[in-house]
Amino acid sequence: MTALFDARAVTKRFGGLVAINRVDYTLEHGISSIIGPNGAGKTTLFNVFTGLYEPDAGEVTFRGRSLVGLRPDQITALGICRTFQNIRLFANMTAIENVLVGMHTRVPLGLWDALTHRPHFRTVEHGLWQRGAELLERVGLRAKANEVARNLPYGDQRRLELARALASEPALLLLDEPTAGMTQGEASHLMGLLRRLVADLALAILLIEHNMRVVMEVSDRVTVLDHGEKIAEGLPREVQGDVRVIEAYLGRRTAARNPHAAP
Amino acid sequence: MIHAVAAVAAVALSAVLVAVFPRSILVFLAFQASLLFVYVSRIPAWLRGGLLGIALIVLMPLIGFFNGYYLEVATQVGIFAALALGLNIVVGLAGLLDLGYVAFFAVGAYSWAIFGSPHANLIFGGGFPLAPGWFYVFLLVGLGVAAATGVLLGLPVLRLRGDYLAIVTLGFGEVIRVLANNLDKPINITNGPKGITPIGRPPVIVGIPYNEAFYYLVLLIVAVVIVVNRRLEDSHIGRAWEAMREDELAAQAMGVPLVRAKLMAFACGASFAGVMGVVFSAKQIFINPESFTFLESIGVLAMVILGGMGSIPGAVVGATVVTVLNLQVLKGFSLWLNELKNAGVTLLGYSLANLPTQLEPAKYERMVFGVILVVMMIFRPQGIFPARRRQRELAQAKRDAAVVPP
Repeated sequence: MTALFDARAVTKRFGGLVAINRVDYTLEHGISSIIGPNGAGKTTLFNVFTGLYEPDAGEVTFRGRSLVGLRPDQITALGICRTFQNIRLFANMTAIENVLVGMHTRVPLGLWDALTHRPHFRTVEHGLWQRGAELLERVGLRAKANEVARNLPYGDQRRLELARALASEPALLLLDEPTAGMTQGEASHLMGLLRRLVADLALAILLIEHNMRVVMEVSDRVTVLDHGEKIAEGLPREVQGDVRVIEAYLGRRTAARNPHAAP
Repeated sequence: MIHAVAAVAAVALSAVLVAVFPRSILVFLAFQASLLFVYVSRIPAWLRGGLLGIALIVLMPLIGFFNGYYLEVATQVGIFAALALGLNIVVGLAGLLDLGYVAFFAVGAYSWAIFGSPHANLIFGGGFPLAPGWFYVFLLVGLGVAAATGVLLGLPVLRLRGDYLAIVTLGFGEVIRVLANNLDKPINITNGPKGITPIGRPPVIVGIPYNEAFYYLVLLIVAVVIVVNRRLEDSHIGRAWEAMREDELAAQAMGVPLVRAKLMAFACGASFAGVMGVVFSAKQIFINPESFTFLESIGVLAMVILGGMGSIPGAVVGATVVTVLNLQVLKGFSLWLNELKNAGVTLLGYSLANLPTQLEPAKYERMVFGVILVVMMIFRPQGIFPARRRQRELAQAKRDAAVVPP
């Protein structure tokens, strides 16, 4: 049986810089995390996975289908959706409209339906709004459905981005630093939400995260990137003790002196 | 209640005044202002719709009997309103700055001008002009040809955004105009700078005077354009356009196919201009490339921006304000200044009669227009009727968590 998501020897260069160097990555269900120091290539890897960048070499497959050369919207239609490190909501649209845009690939309507407004259109549209409200309910933004995204507080914006990504009915959800700028309490709350999503929707989630407490608590599996290469992979506590990981975070001498320090 | 009475009174009074003083521009402006008042006043929707309907369908043509020029102005307003609504899709909703929009208008206009006049005989040998009834078919032909031109423009510029896109569309607009200017050889398609005339007028229902019938035709098209605009805006297509305007990359990551969405925006916007181009050529009877200059594109853009980008009532109001300003207010202002000049009025001891010709009042028109635009952008950059996010009725968390779209 093929894995849900499989990347083989993915390489991405920017001019002379090798941002990602022959990274293999396989993913099944549950929550996985990618960690690594700044500039390790985590977001670049996400951008390759979601089609924003085309890899210079390597193969990426999802449910046995190659993603290389597909446009981001085609990949979203196949069932991979993401959030962004620096929130990228549609600032002047309301919360629920943001979520509705996320459903774009699942709308079974065309130009003609929109122009003629026949009953079928209204039924479908009504269903979309209903589902949008449910998704907002799920992330706790139901009461703010009509607020313009720009006016939402920071934490709400992060959760709205999550709801918008969920709207595309993904099988794999990529979250780029979802707890950035959140308090520890908010972060734990979000992680609880992610676990429920995995349980309810049979969803696989891949996180990029800097908050180590969150990573160690929630992940089924952790992968460590440094300088574009995968240096460790395994259960959270295995990775925590890995000498190369500690080196990557703290430098060689410190690591030698203190081999049991957590990254 | 008091609002309702005030609204009815405003429309009725201003309409009567127009009948009594058919030559006064101020009274006609008051009539227009009363319509705006009806639109913004807090009255039941049926009353608002009814009043606007009566004013536009019954009163306006009646006013035309007292002063035919006013009906002409209203028809022009309608034509530009449809253009502004089309550009509103491209610029306001999809966020693609198009500085050559009038090219689509030209394409529509020439498609009827060529086949609706004897000019086509030069190309095909004989059998033209087509019977006037073909005009109505050509409304669709103009729509199709302009939409195709929109896609043609869209294809090469898909990767461009912002300033770069604006420059390319500007160039495209000029290309179409220059083509119209020079395609009189080797095959005479556009008759070059001399233009094409006489262009066939559409047949109208017997009993209605031609100008009134033409006004109704334009009114009908504008109504259709507004309905289409609203339906697009309230659908997944409109939401995709807005998402693209807000953040192209995020929109694509959420599943919006950018190529399709952009081409659709260009084609939809262009098709409105194409239809109005056909109407315009039939109205003018004569067209030449001078009608489709860069300044026209900018004029339509000014209407959209002045009214409020992405806003349907904004586009209509913007088109009205700019057209009326150009055709009536500024003209009236020039006339008034000229009268002062000819009467030899002195201002601060300086006789206006001695004014050098370079400073002739007629030359202030554009300047006043420019000043109004500048002031407007400084004090109300969002436009007269900014696009407002509609607040949807969300039935509070009952069991089915129902959301009711409008």
